[in-house]
Amino acid sequence: MSTTMSAGSTRSPRDHRPTTPAPAAPGNETAPGTTAASDHDLAGALDRPLHVLAEDGTRHPDAQLDPHLRDVDEDRLTALLRDMSVIRALDDEAVALQRQGELGLWPPLRGQEAAQIGLGRALRETDFLFTSYRENGLAWCRGVEPAEMLSVWRGASLSGWDPFARHMATPQVIIGAQTHHAVGHAMATGARGGEQISVACFGDGAMSQGDVNEAMVFAASFRAPVLFFCQNNHYAISEPVGLQSTVPLSHRPAGFGIPSLRVDGNDVLAVRAATRLAAERIRAGAGPIFLEAVTYRLGPHTTSDDPTRYRDEAELESWRERDPILRLERHLERLGAPIEELRAEAARHGQEAADALHAAIAEIPVPAPESLFDHVLSTEHPGLARQRAQLLALEASLAPAEAAS
Amino acid sequence: MSATSGAPVVGTATSTGTMTMAAALNTALGDSLAADEDVLLIGEDIGTLGGVFRITDGLKDRFGARRVIDSPLAESGIVGTAVGMAYAGMRPVCEIQFDGFVFPAVDQLVTQVARLHYRTGGRVRMPLVIRIPFGGGIGAVEHHSESPEAYFAHTPGLRVVTVADPQDAYSTMRAAIDCDDPVVLLEPKRRYWGKGEVDTSVTADLSSARLLRGGRDATLVAYGPLAVTALEAAVAAEDDGIDLEVIDLRSLSPVDRDTVAASVRRTGRLVVAHEAPGTVSLASEVITCVIEDCFEHLEAAPERVTGYDVPYPPAALEEHHLPGIDRILDAVDRTLGRRSSREAA
Repeated sequence: MSTTMSAGSTRSPRDHRPTTPAPAAPGNETAPGTTAASDHDLAGALDRPLHVLAEDGTRHPDAQLDPHLRDVDEDRLTALLRDMSVIRALDDEAVALQRQGELGLWPPLRGQEAAQIGLGRALRETDFLFTSYRENGLAWCRGVEPAEMLSVWRGASLSGWDPFARHMATPQVIIGAQTHHAVGHAMATGARGGEQISVACFGDGAMSQGDVNEAMVFAASFRAPVLFFCQNNHYAISEPVGLQSTVPLSHRPAGFGIPSLRVDGNDVLAVRAATRLAAERIRAGAGPIFLEAVTYRLGPHTTSDDPTRYRDEAELESWRERDPILRLERHLERLGAPIEELRAEAARHGQEAADALHAAIAEIPVPAPESLFDHVLSTEHPGLARQRAQLLALEASLAPAEAAS
Repeated sequence: MSATSGAPVVGTATSTGTMTMAAALNTALGDSLAADEDVLLIGEDIGTLGGVFRITDGLKDRFGARRVIDSPLAESGIVGTAVGMAYAGMRPVCEIQFDGFVFPAVDQLVTQVARLHYRTGGRVRMPLVIRIPFGGGIGAVEHHSESPEAYFAHTPGLRVVTVADPQDAYSTMRAAIDCDDPVVLLEPKRRYWGKGEVDTSVTADLSSARLLRGGRDATLVAYGPLAVTALEAAVAAEDDGIDLEVIDLRSLSPVDRDTVAASVRRTGRLVVAHEAPGTVSLASEVITCVIEDCFEHLEAAPERVTGYDVPYPPAALEEHHLPGIDRILDAVDRTLGRRSSREAA
């Protein structure tokens, strides 16, 4: 394994636990020569995930990431700011729609905008995504329409978009199950040649699932062109990441023979650069790579969750200060960009997207009752045809009574 | 045993003569691999070793390690990886080494394989075949003799089929691989070495039961390993002047209730036999279908002849657990109002 790829391999468990944040460190200090086991003794080490933007917006050099940031100019930064602002506005609007009773549930992504936009804007459009249900920022990057984004959460369908048109599978509800799918897809496309890669997106909780661990075994054994992208948002509903792993998550892939990187998931430039670095290597035939984006879920697990029961205000406040959008704005400001103007422009795009999302509710059709029999198999078998007819007959028999009453 | 239902395909009929069920399955897999480059096999020990039952013997040499894939030892991984391959347009055939090992894969089968077509409104097809050697009778250790079919038959979105003889095995395997739906294909491991004629031009319909033998007095429904037993029971019953009609159910989901009901309308009596425990079983389902469809034609209460409601017992007890000719005929006697073991007791 490349030593440069295992940059996270000596990091302390400290900063993936929900404790008071470590002060901003001006680099990527590591504790050379330590093993994962001895990291328990290094809990106070000042090491941090790879990053290029400090919380105050200062740009720091990074030998691994900088080569993948050469194309970044003010326009690119502005576009990233716009993307992050738009998905935050979409997310906020969806939460509001749930509160208004228009959606049954919504899983907010607030706080994870840099992780999702950094990944989404670094990949090629044909790279195939197998994600969890919180990756609506990636769906935005793939051009998913507002109605397609909402229909599942409105209970109108079990999937919103055509996976092949968007190169993005239907988001997975079973934790970690999609990692196998990404690996299998990568094995099949890899065998055909070409540069397409597959991407498995999952969270810190999924790291405890057998499927994720099995998927890493398969990926390593067959050198599958797959990127494992773990958004460590610190919580699996109420359970802190320390319950899933006593070492940084990015330590574990080494045991499978998979190189890993640990990156500040609230630094959109770092995520973008790390993704490009990893994707380039995977395209070149290096096999799977694991990328942990250390971020934080600022909102609840879903609109049904009450996070005040399991985390305190001080912790939340410390992560609000590390807000990924704020950080990029500070960076632009430091560069002398007209930040108020850019912020207003981003807000305008966000409002337009939110308005479109709101309007899309009316576009989502109520499915016809008999459609519940559609697509069980590729052709309907007689037993289902019989049940369909029975349902229709029942509905027809009830219709006059309802009309009369 | 008689040939399968289904007409020969148009074209060159290549009768390959007499072979074992294992050889018929091997031939079917090889023919499918040769016919369609999207077909691939994945499972434990299926490559270099040729599978613990040698069903994939020689296929890795013929088609290469990318199409006959020795997988890591992880059943959820086998099926989950196959899901991803199907997303990419492949038609994977997964081997689960033994029936009792399928349970780690049940999550992927139930939450993914069975639902992806439905979930995506028909956009994503899952043309997987999940091969499972199943059933007892080989004196094996625990977890090597299970009959898990009801779990899968209870899951909408899966086709569940069994095979009973070499011709059926060949034709059904080809049809399962060609099918755009996920198919759990249960192979009766104790019949792997039984021989029969195989004509590779004969096709099979995955949804259909088949009439193995016509008879007037009672309908005997079985599948998988007990199809042969049922035919043997019918021959034995002739000594008592009883004429049994025998149906191989073949498709456990969907159940071909029309074929069974048509038979019961002729005979008025029904006995269903399988190795799996009888509670909430295929026997329960078949009998319910008959009661719904042709209750007025029943002349006696239907009978279930199944494995007992116990975990699969140690090998020394399996002959008592598995339905054999005597238990089947005992049930036939009851449906015919003849003296059975229960009156004797």
